[in-house]
Amino acid sequence: MTDTHHAIDAVWRIESARLIAGLVRMLRDVGLAEELAQDALVTALEQWPQTGVPDNPGAWLMTTAKHRAIDRLRRHKLVERKHQQLVHEWEREHESAEAVAERTQDDPFGDDLLRLIFTACHPLLSMEARVALTLRLLGGLSTDEIARAFLVPEATIAQRIVRAKRSLAKSEVAYEVPHGDELAQRLAAVLGVIYLIFNEGYAATAGDDWMRPGLCEDALRLGRVLAGLMPREPEVHGLVALMEIQASRARSRTDAGGEPILLLDQDRALWDRLLIGRGLAALEQARRLGGERGPYALQAAVAACHVRAAAAADTDWSRIAALYAVLAEVSPSPVVELNRAVAVGMADGAAEGLALVDALGEEPSLRHYHLLPAVRGDLLARLGRGEEASREFERAATLTRNRREQAMMRERARACR
Amino acid sequence: MRCMVIVKATTESEAGVMPGRELLEAMGKFNEELVKAGVMLAGEGLTPSARGARVTFSGHQRHVVDGPFAETKELVAGFWLWQVKSLDEAIAWVRRCPNPMEGESVIEIRPVFEAEDFGGAFTPELREQEARLRAQLDRE
Repeated sequence: MTDTHHAIDAVWRIESARLIAGLVRMLRDVGLAEELAQDALVTALEQWPQTGVPDNPGAWLMTTAKHRAIDRLRRHKLVERKHQQLVHEWEREHESAEAVAERTQDDPFGDDLLRLIFTACHPLLSMEARVALTLRLLGGLSTDEIARAFLVPEATIAQRIVRAKRSLAKSEVAYEVPHGDELAQRLAAVLGVIYLIFNEGYAATAGDDWMRPGLCEDALRLGRVLAGLMPREPEVHGLVALMEIQASRARSRTDAGGEPILLLDQDRALWDRLLIGRGLAALEQARRLGGERGPYALQAAVAACHVRAAAAADTDWSRIAALYAVLAEVSPSPVVELNRAVAVGMADGAAEGLALVDALGEEPSLRHYHLLPAVRGDLLARLGRGEEASREFERAATLTRNRREQAMMRERARACR
Repeated sequence: MRCMVIVKATTESEAGVMPGRELLEAMGKFNEELVKAGVMLAGEGLTPSARGARVTFSGHQRHVVDGPFAETKELVAGFWLWQVKSLDEAIAWVRRCPNPMEGESVIEIRPVFEAEDFGGAFTPELREQEARLRAQLDRE
């Protein structure tokens, strides 16, 4: 790649989401908007190596894409009123690059971007489709990059995106930011997608690597963008806080050989103070907005307890147990119960923790969850019941698909025998 | 990756001349754009070197020198810390930054070391050694 190609790549990364979002507003068609944005990119790749990168590349791409849209609508002789009207409007406007530049700087695209986020994370789509579409349309990732991040063939991702766009078009999903009661629900869906992307990067569910930091960075960036677009929504700040704080520990979570290091054994000097500071500030913001009891803010508060402790032994486990108790009220789940059991095991003793874990033993949704036997094994080991502990770790190893984690569990099983 | 983006000093910035309203507004807008794009991690403007100091090292000797310092163009007047995908992305952002000074000025982009940049130099043994040292310091 030439320097200009690199520069275009970078411009694309910065501009593509806003470009696509603006085009969807005009065309009401995510698929067509993305195609036209791609066309504009191709034109840039042809022209910029000769002309140089324009002063306002975003405006240039938008103008080019609009011209393409007019050409295409004409070529296809779309007599549909809506489109005809569009063509007239655009021709009347015929904005100069300067006018567009001015508009871009005031960022009226913020609303477009928000609409695009809510559309890409629409509950009508499968979770997999939402993730792929969000990374593609808002993260500016290529299908190839998404495929590599999720260890699936590129064709699978490409197909997922095509199908998602088709479903959106077919069901004529309104291109808007939801209001009132619907907003809370839809926002939860958006946050869920971002957090899923983050988690896939933070604790890869399959494959050789325990972490894929690239995905964490993409998710964090999406979260920060969303916080800028919806500054009054406490749970957005809660999620950002949670991701910033979790990401602050990324460097200490594996050793030089890529083997996982558990939280309490991590070298705290490697924790990223900048991200911790940002995370704590975001958590404070969530609290100020009255979101203390939001599920993400509560998880962030737990994470904050860990990063506030200078050494593992200083961890305020009682507070963590109390936070999990609130979380169990607000958003009850067996996984939350399991986490509460760990905290209680640390605060009040292994026997108390084990009692809570055993109460979960019959929980069907945890039957294949490797962390249940892993936690149980840990508590048993602390109670000196090595044989039983070893069996639990063996079981945990058979349940996880992550090879690094399997190895760690087998190692713990051996150590207990 | 992270980049430190460094605004170099000028004779004016070293003389403590504050930026005009127009520049402040343009900078404010640019910073807002960085935040909205999820790129900005941190950023500060620095006072002239006249208000700073240097500690010079020579073997075991330390020597304190008060500002101002002579080599104006090499001094730092301000910095950002950005989270970007590549050096090219950082360059693309700097290209749209308003000129931070009246007249000529320079902005330098320096990628921050990532753990993998250390390669084999930061072995588990080294890490362990560091941890031991720290534990010792904690006890003292």
